[in-house]
Amino acid sequence: MRRVRSFGFEALGVAFALLVFGIPFYFMIVNAGKDAKEASLLNLNWPTSPQFWDNIRTVAETRDYMLLRAFVNSTALTLFSIVVLILFCAMAGFVLQRRKGRASPVFEFLILSGLIIPPAIVPTIWVLDGIGLFKTLLGLILVEVALGFPFSVMLYKNFMATVPREIDEAAILDGCGGIRLFFRIIMPLLQPVTATIVVLSSVTIFNDFTNPLYFLPGADNVTVQLTLYNFQSQFVTQYNLLFANILLITIPPFILFLIFNKRIVAGMTAGSVKA
Amino acid sequence: MNGVFKRTYSYWFLLPAGIIYLLIFLTPTISSFFFSFTRWDLSDWQYIGFENFRMFFREQSLAIGFRNTLIYAVVTSSLKVVLGLLLGVLLTSKLRSKHFLRSIIFFPTLVSTIAIGIAFSMMMHPTEGLINSALSVVGITGPDWLGNPKLALLSVAFVDVWKGVGIALVIYIAGILSIPEDYYEALQIDGGTGWNKFWSIIVPLSRPATHSVIILSFIGGLRSFDLIWTMTKGGPGFTTDLIASIIYKQYQGGFYGLATAGNVILFLVVAALAVPLNLYMNRKEVDL
Amino acid sequence: MNTMTKMKPGLTLLSVILLAGALSACGGNDGNEEKSSASPSQSETAEGTADAKEVTITLSTDNSQDAVNTANAYIAAFEKKYPNIKVELETRPGGTEGDNIVKTRLATGDMTDVFFYNSGSLMQALTPEKNMVDLTNEAFQQNVIDSFKSTVSYNGKVYGAPTASTMAGGWFYNKKVYADLGLQVPKTWAELIANSEKIKEAGMTPVIGSYKDTWTSQLVVLADYYNVQAQVPSFAEDFTAHKATNAGTPAMLRAFEKLQELHDKGLMNKDLLATTYDVGLKMLAEGKGVQYPMLSFATPAILQNYPDQIENLGFFAQPGDDASSNGLTVWMPGAAYIYKESKHVEEAKQFVAFVASVEGTEVASTVSKPTGPYLIKGASIPDDVPSLVKDMLPYFDNNQTAPALEFVSPVKGPSLEQITVEVGSGIKDAKKGAEAYDQDVEKQAKQLGLSGW
Repeated sequence: MRRVRSFGFEALGVAFALLVFGIPFYFMIVNAGKDAKEASLLNLNWPTSPQFWDNIRTVAETRDYMLLRAFVNSTALTLFSIVVLILFCAMAGFVLQRRKGRASPVFEFLILSGLIIPPAIVPTIWVLDGIGLFKTLLGLILVEVALGFPFSVMLYKNFMATVPREIDEAAILDGCGGIRLFFRIIMPLLQPVTATIVVLSSVTIFNDFTNPLYFLPGADNVTVQLTLYNFQSQFVTQYNLLFANILLITIPPFILFLIFNKRIVAGMTAGSVKA
Repeated sequence: MNGVFKRTYSYWFLLPAGIIYLLIFLTPTISSFFFSFTRWDLSDWQYIGFENFRMFFREQSLAIGFRNTLIYAVVTSSLKVVLGLLLGVLLTSKLRSKHFLRSIIFFPTLVSTIAIGIAFSMMMHPTEGLINSALSVVGITGPDWLGNPKLALLSVAFVDVWKGVGIALVIYIAGILSIPEDYYEALQIDGGTGWNKFWSIIVPLSRPATHSVIILSFIGGLRSFDLIWTMTKGGPGFTTDLIASIIYKQYQGGFYGLATAGNVILFLVVAALAVPLNLYMNRKEVDL
Repeated sequence: MNTMTKMKPGLTLLSVILLAGALSACGGNDGNEEKSSASPSQSETAEGTADAKEVTITLSTDNSQDAVNTANAYIAAFEKKYPNIKVELETRPGGTEGDNIVKTRLATGDMTDVFFYNSGSLMQALTPEKNMVDLTNEAFQQNVIDSFKSTVSYNGKVYGAPTASTMAGGWFYNKKVYADLGLQVPKTWAELIANSEKIKEAGMTPVIGSYKDTWTSQLVVLADYYNVQAQVPSFAEDFTAHKATNAGTPAMLRAFEKLQELHDKGLMNKDLLATTYDVGLKMLAEGKGVQYPMLSFATPAILQNYPDQIENLGFFAQPGDDASSNGLTVWMPGAAYIYKESKHVEEAKQFVAFVASVEGTEVASTVSKPTGPYLIKGASIPDDVPSLVKDMLPYFDNNQTAPALEFVSPVKGPSLEQITVEVGSGIKDAKKGAEAYDQDVEKQAKQLGLSGW
């Protein structure tokens, strides 16, 4: 009897979670497949004659394939930022954890400030413009790296603490220099935390709206988030296209989610609770 | 050995990250203190003392941002703590569907804020939106979620919680799972109830998780911009303006000095609230 | 040092990509140059230019359907006439977002050769002396009507030429509903309110509010300027000099009060805060909403989306309190400006001259019907304009027009649209709104460095 009741409660809970967390996504999906007139009703009905593919094609073709260009830009932005972030932050985390000296508190302080201080927008534009990188993808990559740096270094540093020093010492006795030690031995050992950072940062950077808005204005270098934001006014009477766009840009994080679901949860917990 | 040590763990390793950080983060941050005292158009500046700050505090439309930012940060972070903890307890229990539920609650954290903002503003449309249509079925006339000045900020905060509670949940799950079994066994011997288990074991022992959730979501709330900008643009009027959206509007208007002053103010607010909060919670943890 | 070589591939790759982009742009030009010098026949078609170097100039305009269509029409006709000049169009978002892009692009030294942008106060905010080429002494300025020149002038120098026809700010209304209910076009504000009450009784929305697009909320206040200047002719001057304020000038405060009255009497749609401009136009065309305070530049959009409804719509000026002084508040069109750092100033001038010619207006009118008289001498309005445009012409013919405040004073606050949303939705009353706006303009005036602030 008790079992039946607890089963009933659980079913109720699942239904409630589906209602709260599932319906918004269902809403996005069905409306991406309607025609403009049906979509303007903003309801949950399944489209009477589904036209997902047509809508997606129309969105992709809008403004000279703007969305496709945006996908290329966003992918490039995400990939390059992550490569740079991983490499530089792992290097920094390695030395910061292993070498404790008088400068250590200063570095600690700088990392902590990076976590807390909101970036100063206009002065950043000023700096980027000064070095000729304002409104360039390279400039935005540097911004993403600089802003992702404190968190990633912290994760690497925390993880380094679990790598036994004996490994280093053995390698040094074998005649390994710092560089060989790091790239041959340490970097592979950091793989679990690297995976965490890859997943978290790629989602953050791919979904980033604020930084492209500030540092990549104009139509040439659009990212997918900016495109969606701008299409809000373009598709103001064609919600179906707006939702098709939403559907398209939700696919990459969804794939990531399918592959890494378990790992994200595990990795998140490893990094954040210790902090 | 010392020489080998220094050579092995050379500060050169810090250089690449350090250069980027110094150039793209520290330089702007430090120069922002200077530019906040100027009238500035990126090439020419004119020193005007505290004029920008005075304007920020005097102009009602700017000052409203403080109150809203505080409300927003407190509401979102406390809801994330409460819901994250409750869901965490629930989803570490013996439920068969817990993995499914964890996934479905976590998924929104991976989705674009802009996409979620757009979808929810349509669902919150006062006459045609899904939420009010559903309410009208049971005979309730729903309010204008994003148009009512008293409600709009809370509506956006609700969406923020909806999207972000997954992170809090995951952190709590980790926190709760790391509590050693012995505590529960001891309680069982003492004949404690489920209620005792929650209050005297889970809540105090998952304090590190609470700490992380509060700091993450509180600082995030203070700096929040994307969602409010997508859903209300600070409106109706100025009723949902946050410091970050005000900074953006001043930047749009070409008031670069004023926007930078806003940045400095945001920095001070975050520092003045988050740092003591962090210290306080660290002390609590030591007490434990 | 090995670390440095390790990090390089990523950066090198990036710079290669960036370089390749830059090179391909140059390469394209080189190729064209060679081609054109090899074929002398091209230089014969090019008007007046001795060497037939092929030049590409860039043009920026906002991304509204109408603006893009017009720009493309100009480009097609211009390239036909000057085959050695290619014009590349770039679009940017409209509204404050676009203002911001123009401002940052100018501030960071990277603007298109020619850019279409607002005249009046928004143009003044771009520091014309630093960013634009002085066009005062260009021959084509003789075609431009003087009243326009002052809206694109700074310290006595003219920097632009008009790109479209004048617009008016006033009230669109549904003539069919007016006829059904036996209503007359209002000559005073009280009549407008009385009409609206009758429409409300008949179960329709008397006044459309579309405040989700916040800029639309300003119209009632801005379109009242004819009435303001009729009572206080010196207001613009005093306002610029900080001698008069919005809250302290009864005629100006009245404009805010009118907006408040629309809210207090419940004359606007309940969901106005969630209604967009496009939905507003739809409500108007379909007769669900009967009156819509709006700029006449909405006409092409209505014509395009609701062609069979356009003849049911009319237009009247926002009435004042006195029937004897009824007139139309006029918006000047945007202008074409030339970027000061442009490498192709001569070609850019040729393009602007073309836009500011009778021929140019004829080209524009093929894709975008004028919403008022052109500002080019000798240009005429085609006969097939919608009748609502013809409703406006008598005001022009009888000299009952006044330019909106933003064309006679450089002071326009950036937050007016939020403030009018507040007044129009009952968050603030008229007095508080006008006071808030007085504070808002102070910011702009100080940034412009005006004296007296």
